[in-house]
Amino acid sequence: MLRPALLVAALAAALPAQADTELDALRAELKDLKAAYEARIQALETRLQQAEAKTDRVAVQARAASPESPARGGGFNPDVSLILQGKYAHLEDREERGISGFMGAGEHSHGGSGRGFSVDGSELVLSASVDPYLRGHLNAVLADGEVEVEEAWFQTTGLGQGVSIKGGRYKSGIGYQNEQHPHAWDFATNNLVYEVLFGEGYVQDGLQLKWLAPTDTFLEFGAELGAGGAFPSTNNDSNGVSSVALFGHVGGDVGVSNSWRAGLSWLRAKPRARAFEGHDVNEIETEGDFSGKSRTWLADFVWKWAPNGNPTQQNFKLAAEYFQRKESGALFCDTAELGSACTGGLTAPFDSDQSGLYVQAVYQFMPQWRAGYRHDRLFRGDVAFNGADAGDVFESLADYDPRRHSLMLDYSPSEFSRLRLQYTLDQAMEGVDENQFYVQYIMSLGSHGAHKF
Amino acid sequence: MTTFKPTWQAGLFAAALVLPGAAQAALKVFTCEPEWAALVREIGGDKVNVYAATTALQDPHRIEARPSLIARARSASLLVCTGAELEIGWLPVILAESGNRAIQAGQPGQFFAADFVPLLEKPTVLDRAEGDVHAAGNPHLQTDPRNIARVGEALAARMARLDPAEAAFYRSRWADFSARWNASIARWEKEAAPLRGAPVVVQHRAFPYLQAWLGLKEVAVLEPKPGVEPSLASLATVKSRLAATPAKMVLRAAYQPARPSEWIASQAGLKAVTLPFTVGGDAQSDDLFGLFDSTVSKLLAGLN
Repeated sequence: MLRPALLVAALAAALPAQADTELDALRAELKDLKAAYEARIQALETRLQQAEAKTDRVAVQARAASPESPARGGGFNPDVSLILQGKYAHLEDREERGISGFMGAGEHSHGGSGRGFSVDGSELVLSASVDPYLRGHLNAVLADGEVEVEEAWFQTTGLGQGVSIKGGRYKSGIGYQNEQHPHAWDFATNNLVYEVLFGEGYVQDGLQLKWLAPTDTFLEFGAELGAGGAFPSTNNDSNGVSSVALFGHVGGDVGVSNSWRAGLSWLRAKPRARAFEGHDVNEIETEGDFSGKSRTWLADFVWKWAPNGNPTQQNFKLAAEYFQRKESGALFCDTAELGSACTGGLTAPFDSDQSGLYVQAVYQFMPQWRAGYRHDRLFRGDVAFNGADAGDVFESLADYDPRRHSLMLDYSPSEFSRLRLQYTLDQAMEGVDENQFYVQYIMSLGSHGAHKF
Repeated sequence: MTTFKPTWQAGLFAAALVLPGAAQAALKVFTCEPEWAALVREIGGDKVNVYAATTALQDPHRIEARPSLIARARSASLLVCTGAELEIGWLPVILAESGNRAIQAGQPGQFFAADFVPLLEKPTVLDRAEGDVHAAGNPHLQTDPRNIARVGEALAARMARLDPAEAAFYRSRWADFSARWNASIARWEKEAAPLRGAPVVVQHRAFPYLQAWLGLKEVAVLEPKPGVEPSLASLATVKSRLAATPAKMVLRAAYQPARPSEWIASQAGLKAVTLPFTVGGDAQSDDLFGLFDSTVSKLLAGLN
């Protein structure tokens, strides 16, 4: 801008005698030149500003994407978490613990069912994305002398349309409590329903297909095919499917403070030579097995309340499940002792139609503190063996409705630790009325994943 | 008599019958927090269908992975959340259960605001003994309106990419919002000038971005560790510290319990100020402009 101005001045000084017209033309030309320069410089300045702004943005994005701020600790490493659990149990000295009136699942506990101090199995959980299409998950329980694989599965993430497929060993989607690991239970002990149905919970080795409906109300359907390695099924050494499960869940919110979920599940199992142990009415130990078919229906309902949907200060949870199980087939029993109906071996038709329920309520009355009550009750129903009531042959299948009342109080210093005190009045076995006291701890280390509803 | 016997084949058949055929006109957006819902509405207008998973009265760290949230995430084509581990206690379950490919990690339908903002308070030590620390930095970035602008620009571009038919609409709405927003920032900064250097106490480290923007000076935190409820002992420590370095006011977000703030306010002679924290946090905060109008005026009131 300076240069054209100087030029004009110099020209004007050097050529004083030039004709006015010529000078005017020259002046106009220079003025044009000056305007053109200014426009170009302005354009360049704007471009420079834009470029600067762009680098700013790129820098922020680069910072966000740079490895100094990994979205999750450990980069490509899987999320690792470890659950430590243990308890002190004050129980009566009983020769035997069982559930009267039912062919129950065999003891499935990780060394934590004893009296006094005991350490429950420690859960080690590894999970990560496999690739853009799949994720993987392992849950191994470490106990004395054994490592048990509780879950080891992959699940699709990229199918879309609400569809996902899970394969491997996984906790079945039936019922409500079934998918929860013991550390997520609201009580130190399992409820009678799950104890009699599955021991701890039903685990499938197989495939699960789930579909979530595209509706604003939660509506989910699932189907599972499994090898049936666990009670009430057996692993039948066949190419077929020994265990089939179907389930549906529906759920939603009521206002901002209430939410609920209800479900209906069905499990079909084909037990073959499923182990059976029982006392007969003369206190003689008999052994044998059951083969036939087993059908279980489960209805579950959960309702949660939190003021304004904010559970940190106070919240309330009500959960209830009801089951009905029908089994029919042939029961074989045998004993070496004389004087039993089973002496010398007996195979006879067996039919049962049984049910049960539990209802539990847990109230967080102030931050970190929760109190809860649970009632478990089983209805022995009809159990027929060899054309008569099974209670006529087996004392362990006597006509008795087992029940339990449990009260608990727990304190959680943080969301990763919990201490629990529990009292249970146990009437699961006919003629037994036991007061049980538990003190339990649950500690969660590492990147502990989010819990389901 | 024939009875219906449910089999798994029948179940699959029933599921196949009700498979969806519904087409969606509007861009369906699932947002984790109300501020992002408001921002999506500013950019998308009536061309978007926005769902906010939480309200201003809920602690975004601790939300139940409710069935209703999973159902809403199922059909979203865009998920907008804060990120930086704010939602780590519940969002992973929602994503895993949604069966929705569009919003999974690595897809353009997954948008985290924290990816577009330089984060403050990155921890040097990652240990749970330090409380509820976020490895990526403090996630409460929406309390600085300049961050809203940064996120909004990227969000407008993302929405245009996901819904090319309305790209021009989103861009023009963003340009319009952005101009009004920048003018408002200048106004808020002018109004808030007296706040520069004002010493404040915070209940939770929820406002580092607000403090950095307006030049507030944080002299104490009521929570002994992030996410740990203040105890009487920790409050007493804060009180004795305030005797040496007095503060003007104690700040808390609308979703946090009032008691710790009110206790320290009465004991140390401070003003207890409840900031809306996000859209919907008080009567005035019905949109993003109202949020900062309210925030600035409440802070100024706390100064007197």
